[in-house]
Amino acid sequence: MRPRLDAMEPSIRQVWDWLAEVADPEIPVISVVDLGIVREVTWDGDPSRECRVTVTPTYSGCPATDVIAHAIAGKLKERGVRHVRVDTRLAPAWTTDWLTEEAREKLRRYGIAPPAQRATATEHIVDLSLIRRRVDTSPPVTCPRCGSTHTERVSEFGSTPCKALYRCCACREPFDYFKCH
Amino acid sequence: MSTDTVQYLLRLGDNALVLSHRLSEWCGKGPALEEDMALANTALDLLGQARHWLSYAGELEGAGRDEDALAYWRDDRAFRNLLLVERPNGSYADTMVRQFFFDAWHHLALQKLCRSADERIAGIAGKAIKEVEYHLRRSSDLVVRLGDGTAHSQQIMQLAVDELWPYTGEMFESDRVDEVAVSAGLGFDPAALREPWLMYVQEVLSEATLRTPPIGAFMQRGGKQGRHTEALSYLLGEMQSLQHAYPGAQW
Repeated sequence: MRPRLDAMEPSIRQVWDWLAEVADPEIPVISVVDLGIVREVTWDGDPSRECRVTVTPTYSGCPATDVIAHAIAGKLKERGVRHVRVDTRLAPAWTTDWLTEEAREKLRRYGIAPPAQRATATEHIVDLSLIRRRVDTSPPVTCPRCGSTHTERVSEFGSTPCKALYRCCACREPFDYFKCH
Repeated sequence: MSTDTVQYLLRLGDNALVLSHRLSEWCGKGPALEEDMALANTALDLLGQARHWLSYAGELEGAGRDEDALAYWRDDRAFRNLLLVERPNGSYADTMVRQFFFDAWHHLALQKLCRSADERIAGIAGKAIKEVEYHLRRSSDLVVRLGDGTAHSQQIMQLAVDELWPYTGEMFESDRVDEVAVSAGLGFDPAALREPWLMYVQEVLSEATLRTPPIGAFMQRGGKQGRHTEALSYLLGEMQSLQHAYPGAQW
């Protein structure tokens, strides 16, 4: 049992460190901080100070959103923070550009190819000429196992909203790709 | 906030909710595992969007109705979705053409809503458009592949296009609810989407070797005002049955 921090208020930095221990429920090798969904941590209210954590969902319908809010509150309470509030903020919309470098490396080691390009570079305009000519202009996805770029998409959707299914033509292994979003 | 704004939000939320439910009916029955997963994921995106729109509608209404009350405790006449999204799934061709017509409109609509004077509307739209871009890319691609496929696939795709076409006109018609939203800077003028929608749809259909039905054809209307086809009543009957049998049941 850790000492409870009734008298002292942990620093914001400290809270962020604790949040870095909260694993994503669907991809447990990365934390909610690695994923870039924790947007802000503040202390609010007086005299009963409340730790407010602002979270943004990955996808509008991501079923893990509630579980994540619950896990965050649970972790902070376990660390002795008495009053925790988890807020949701939609704007600016989450993007895979917020995945930390460390998260990308962790994903790769776990067998999930991280996003192959920056999302902010893509405009929200569907380029018809590309659909017509069936040209795929996105950079090749690298196989997280053997490093080959000779890979192909099997399915545009995978086991969670944030992933697609790929297979490696070199080592023949199927793998998940964390979609650029 | 006016009741018009609540109506406006219900339209957005009901479109997403009803289409999400339609797509979820394919779960476990898709023509291929990849298609099954794709439709379930698209349904999930739309369901999340519906939750955001309906929650906001409930808050503005101020009558204590949350997203669940709005989804499960309204009758068909109180739903404000476009007739297009309530059309039955039919064959996979019908499902994909319906999706394609809606995605193309939805993407244009969300582009406009991203610039809404209402921060919350702009935020929900900004989140949703990234998802819908993926939906549109996929449905456009499938329309081309199925239309420009075999003689048989082309034939049933053309049938689907012809059958669903009369349900597209409603997307571009405005009434007082739209006008109020435009003048308050919250929403967009539906008529302004007609031209870009038509251009996009025509190009994809022609690439798919499919004929675009006549522009001036007879169009169905009424969904936005709560006058629906019977297809919606059956859909709601299923979607709402659990809550009606066990009011307030939770996971």
